[in-house]
Amino acid sequence: MKTLRLKNNLQQFVDEIDKISGINLRDCYQCGKCSAGCPMVMQMDYPPSKLIRHIQLGEREQVLTSSTIWVCVSCLTCSTRCPKDVEIAGLMDVCRELSIKEGLATREQRKIQQFHKSFLETIRSNGRLYEVMLIAKYKLRALALFQDVAKTPKMLLTGKLKLLPHKIENVEAINKIFEECDK
Amino acid sequence: MKLGYYPGCALEGSSKDYSMSLERVFKEIGVELEPIQDWNCCGASAAHSTNHKLALALPARNLALAKEQELTELFAPCPFCSKTLINTNQDILDNKYKVENGNYDGKIKVINSVDIFTRLMDKIQPKVNQERLKDLKVACYYGCLLVRPPKLLKYDDPEQPTSMDEVVKKLGAQTVDWEFKIECCGGGFTVCNEDAVLELSNKILEDAQENGAQAIIVACQMCQINLDMRQTAIEKKYNVSYNMPIIYLPQLIGLAMGIEPKELGLNMHFVPTEGVTVQAQNNPV
Repeated sequence: MKTLRLKNNLQQFVDEIDKISGINLRDCYQCGKCSAGCPMVMQMDYPPSKLIRHIQLGEREQVLTSSTIWVCVSCLTCSTRCPKDVEIAGLMDVCRELSIKEGLATREQRKIQQFHKSFLETIRSNGRLYEVMLIAKYKLRALALFQDVAKTPKMLLTGKLKLLPHKIENVEAINKIFEECDK
Repeated sequence: MKLGYYPGCALEGSSKDYSMSLERVFKEIGVELEPIQDWNCCGASAAHSTNHKLALALPARNLALAKEQELTELFAPCPFCSKTLINTNQDILDNKYKVENGNYDGKIKVINSVDIFTRLMDKIQPKVNQERLKDLKVACYYGCLLVRPPKLLKYDDPEQPTSMDEVVKKLGAQTVDWEFKIECCGGGFTVCNEDAVLELSNKILEDAQENGAQAIIVACQMCQINLDMRQTAIEKKYNVSYNMPIIYLPQLIGLAMGIEPKELGLNMHFVPTEGVTVQAQNNPV
């Protein structure tokens, strides 16, 4: 049987994703089981199976600017149910990393990016998550200043929100890990 | 008996009730938790979503520290944490990842927040009086990362898990059959994608209620927060009424043992837990 090859510039994207993820995208035969079980599909521009089809066809821009990769909540239902063991949730991670590197997310999609960014920044400076700072940083970035204000008193009273961070002793080690991984 | 312990960030803060109840129950059965000294955050979804290397390097430091403390088993109550630790172990075992400046071999056994109680049932059972919870009907909610990805975690059935139900039945409570045991609640999107959390969590609450559950039992602090803290917003948005207590598994174990609700952090929830605690305290034992 003859295998169709994409034009070089399109094939490049497929090969790139293959190489980073170690996932053989040709295994997907578009059964749609991932999309049928995806709990976030209502917010996605392409359901997971369609996103894979776009990758198979080398359509870089459609993939890396899609809301799908940011809306995916990593529940792993797709990867669990795929009859061909395509690690779809892992594929989303790879696409997110590429999309960040290339600055391709739209404004709305950036809200989720900003949340992740704020999360990692508090870890970098304390070694552990500092929830108050995470929320403050995220709210400033996403301009969601008044969200959850009503919940705050109860959380403070019960000690569920700690005003001061717990800083680990060896924050240096964490900084080094971040420097290495940012290369 | 000593048990290696990786508490994880949330249990120090917004899920203090989870750690309080765990520690209280372990005290009751004489199991001493030994935390990893100077442990750091595992990176959770923020790391794997944006930086693959970081998602391995952060948990790897914890595992290497645990090895230095000569821990062979590690209890990680948060399913995000236990999954990232197991994932890092697997990549080390498969030679896909190497821990720098150390000889960690990927062999510390990571135990999740349901399995630990199955394993310790011989210590728990003698302290429990099944009469306390005999009239209580609950829905056991497993969520995502206790059972997924199955090839990595190798724990229970990924579509129809029963391990938590077994523990709960041994406490004397009844478990209901329902459809949403393993559906996602919206996980870490509590703050950054609230609409999704409200929609997904609403379906879970609705199904639990329809099947006669008086409470939902959870073993994940994200599930607890989404179903508990967001419940009023869900009721308002969908014009429904649940008043469904969302109880951590160790809180239910503590109640079955006759421990005071306050000592288990049950007064720290957003949805009142009296529907469950009063039953446990008033049933003659």
